[in-house]
Amino acid sequence: MKVSMTINGRLVNGDVEPRTLLVHFIREELALTGTHIGCETSYCGACTIHVDGAATKSCTMLAVQAEGANITTIEGMAKGDDLHPVQEGFWERHGLQCGYCTPGMIMSGAALIAENPTPTEDEIRHGIEGNLCRCTGYHNIVKSIEYAAAKMRGETPPPADWEEVSA
Amino acid sequence: MYPRSFDYVAAGSIEEAVGVLASNPGAKVMSGGMSLIPMMKLRLLSPETVVDIGRIGGLDTIEDKGDYISIGALVRHGAVASSALIGEHAKALQQAASWTGDPQVRNRGTLCGALAHADLAADTPAAALALGATMVAQGPGGTREIAAADFFVDSLMSALSPDEILVEARIPKRGGGSAYDKLGRRGGHSDYAVAGVAAWVSVSDGVVADCSIGITGVGTKPTLAVGSMEAMTGQGANGITAAADRALEGVTVLEDLYGSEAYKSHLAKVYTRRALEQAFAAAG
Repeated sequence: MKVSMTINGRLVNGDVEPRTLLVHFIREELALTGTHIGCETSYCGACTIHVDGAATKSCTMLAVQAEGANITTIEGMAKGDDLHPVQEGFWERHGLQCGYCTPGMIMSGAALIAENPTPTEDEIRHGIEGNLCRCTGYHNIVKSIEYAAAKMRGETPPPADWEEVSA
Repeated sequence: MYPRSFDYVAAGSIEEAVGVLASNPGAKVMSGGMSLIPMMKLRLLSPETVVDIGRIGGLDTIEDKGDYISIGALVRHGAVASSALIGEHAKALQQAASWTGDPQVRNRGTLCGALAHADLAADTPAAALALGATMVAQGPGGTREIAAADFFVDSLMSALSPDEILVEARIPKRGGGSAYDKLGRRGGHSDYAVAGVAAWVSVSDGVVADCSIGITGVGTKPTLAVGSMEAMTGQGANGITAAADRALEGVTVLEDLYGSEAYKSHLAKVYTRRALEQAFAAAG
């Protein structure tokens, strides 16, 4: 079946089987491999992208369902060399170790801040409920999203844990 | 994991979708796909044809119809959770929707899809039961109404015929107060319910004039807790604990990975008490 959609501002076309999952279309047809495949059963959230602005697990959506959609993947977050504030937050607050969950975490974090610019720690933890990380214990991921939310509000992000310790 | 091959039809109308279902017994209807796609990927289900109703316009509205709230086939969990109208008149449903799945699932999954899927541990069926919802099913012969109490037939089995689509859920504005509370499989309110209970009560002169209670997660299907409903009627707040002790009458408790029969039986009573307490407080 013919499909067309906008991904990261670019109109793309494809010819897919109905059973082609959106994540496979993105990774294998478009070679945008920043979106990861983790559990494949809708639990882990590594495949999270934005479909018409809403955080979506691309392993649980058919490519044909995305006909006409406006999609953003992790590759569409930075503007040239300028990282998106959530990406910057993960860099500044050590929000990743192995990095496998990171693209999905960043997409969920960005969607969360878009909906709620002033999330509490509790709201962040519930906001990334659909994303699993097996390295970090989530602590620094939450701090990374707090950092990004502050930056996006035009505020100075709270100091890092290690800065507080050494102060 | 790929699903097995299937034919895909993006229906332009409910009539068209019903027509495909009626002429193709191997077809399944899809709205958000949050239950269907994982089942197809795990090959628990391999329909010959998937009829996607997700592009049909005008089905994603929540409307105040005077004595009831109309929730269209494509209203997503997130929209139910953030609806002020549902929060005012159907708190239990709002809570159940807000604790369904995770943010990504709530962005795509639909209330009507979840009700039609009839998972034994889904949250919203309990609220639909407690709130006395009416399901509107559309088939080749037109529409018919099905009471929530008659809708959940068994695990993953609703009262819908294979050629019918759940096009609307109607939540009556009955006054009183309602609440949903649960223990999720991942603790707190996260994930499917190990035990989840929705309660609706109307209170007059400090006693319960009418009530209904829906239990999910514990048994083989979302079920009305008829024993607790009977015990609660005519009682004040001090009757809640005794009423909650009768939560399992009419419920076949299903032991599973998430708890023994004894544990889940215990949880059913605890959450019936908690839901009743919150509903009673909301009604007062």
